[in-house]
Amino acid sequence: MEFPAECKYTKEHEWVRVEGDMAEIGITDYAQDSLGDIVFLELPETGTEIKREDSFGVVESVKAVSDLYAPISGTIEETNEPLADTPELINEHPYSDGWIIKIKMNNPSELDTLLDAKAYEAYIKEIA
Amino acid sequence: MSNLRKTPLLEIHKSLGARIVPFAGWEMPVQYSGVMDEHKAVREAAGLFDVSHMGEIEVKGEGALDFVQLITTNDASKLSSGEAQYSLICYPDGGIVDDTLVYKISDDKYMLCVNASNVSKDLNWIREQLKSGMDAEVRDLSDSYALLALQGPKASDILDLLTGGCASKIKTFSFGFITLFGENAMVSRTGYTGEDGFEIFIAPEKAAELWRALMEKGEQFGIKPIGLGARDTLRLEMKYTLYGNDIDAHTTPLDANLGWVVKFEKNNFIGKDVLCRQKEEGTKKKLISLAVEGRGIPRPGYEICKEGKKVGRVTSGTMSPSLGIGIAMAYLEPDICEPGTTVDIMIRDKAVMAKVVRAPFYKKTK
Repeated sequence: MEFPAECKYTKEHEWVRVEGDMAEIGITDYAQDSLGDIVFLELPETGTEIKREDSFGVVESVKAVSDLYAPISGTIEETNEPLADTPELINEHPYSDGWIIKIKMNNPSELDTLLDAKAYEAYIKEIA
Repeated sequence: MSNLRKTPLLEIHKSLGARIVPFAGWEMPVQYSGVMDEHKAVREAAGLFDVSHMGEIEVKGEGALDFVQLITTNDASKLSSGEAQYSLICYPDGGIVDDTLVYKISDDKYMLCVNASNVSKDLNWIREQLKSGMDAEVRDLSDSYALLALQGPKASDILDLLTGGCASKIKTFSFGFITLFGENAMVSRTGYTGEDGFEIFIAPEKAAELWRALMEKGEQFGIKPIGLGARDTLRLEMKYTLYGNDIDAHTTPLDANLGWVVKFEKNNFIGKDVLCRQKEEGTKKKLISLAVEGRGIPRPGYEICKEGKKVGRVTSGTMSPSLGIGIAMAYLEPDICEPGTTVDIMIRDKAVMAKVVRAPFYKKTK
């Protein structure tokens, strides 16, 4: 199981990768593995404001529905269009091609509340 | 999961990396390589399922046939020894106790294979119907059998390798006894996937040996182990009902479009009067198939609306791995059951259009 060092994580199994004031968000390797084959995503329009810890969308595997929670607050600038037709990208490349949204952060200090890779890995070991 | 029962194959499932979940009081594999991959393997090659949680109930004695006729809706007198039929056990009010396969082993011996979640309920119900003078004995054989299902277009090639060509001689809905690893196994050409295949009842001590042998013989054909996840998507694509989801004590065989296994011309059976009346008067609801027109996956419990009015709920629903669309079953009033009728499935407060279609969803292309 992968835990890229440059990402920050939540206990709800989302990851965040920061570039300037932009943050790329996806679900972790652990999350995609737990869900199984991902077959459907429901995402908000670009321009939508999302608030930390609020549900901003839904990811569905063949057998399960799972909410996506915002790790940090901001405005959605971009959603990963190819996921509409190839949601399996999340299973195959959860930290690269399987990214879900890009947001413009409005409170970067929220990043301090997230787990780093080591802490998240330890958390996974704890719950596994 | 300490109070859960274990099939003799649990350690094998774990060693294959299966995800294990509690199901009907058992620790069962829900998936190995993934639902999509496993589903495809069964449709295109072969899959091996551990369904040892299923229950087996034997009815024995001079009066075995009469008793089976009383408690089931299909006509067991049509069976020759070595044949099986799909049937239903009903309450007097027509509600369904369980669905079952009835196997005729000999003139005085029948076996019912029933749902794991219903074994003790079924046994109690069946025993209550046994009145003195009936000359039938009811035994729970569930602990005497492990059950493996080998399903898919390559199933008979694989089982033939293990049985010296005996398997392919068994006709659909028939069964035979074949010695496997020194034990008498009951090999039935039946299944719950819509594919050709077999269900093999074998002594629990020999189940692991049989599993390994089938995986080994099947390797060249692309066999894969299959969990409950794909078992559900496979049966749903065929519109095979699942007890607890699509049928239960509050639905009758006629509601569920299972009238074809209710034989009104046979002598008395439990539920007959009510079902006769229902047949004459018509049902108030019908189990239909829905194919989602837009994007979205229907799940059990989702509401169904027609012109803004609530008309029913999804009983089973999934993304169909073969078709790539959302599919569902639901009970609707008869006037909106015609194929082509459109309804809305409420998915997270949004109306997603779905169309009533003819079953099965998935049709084999040869």
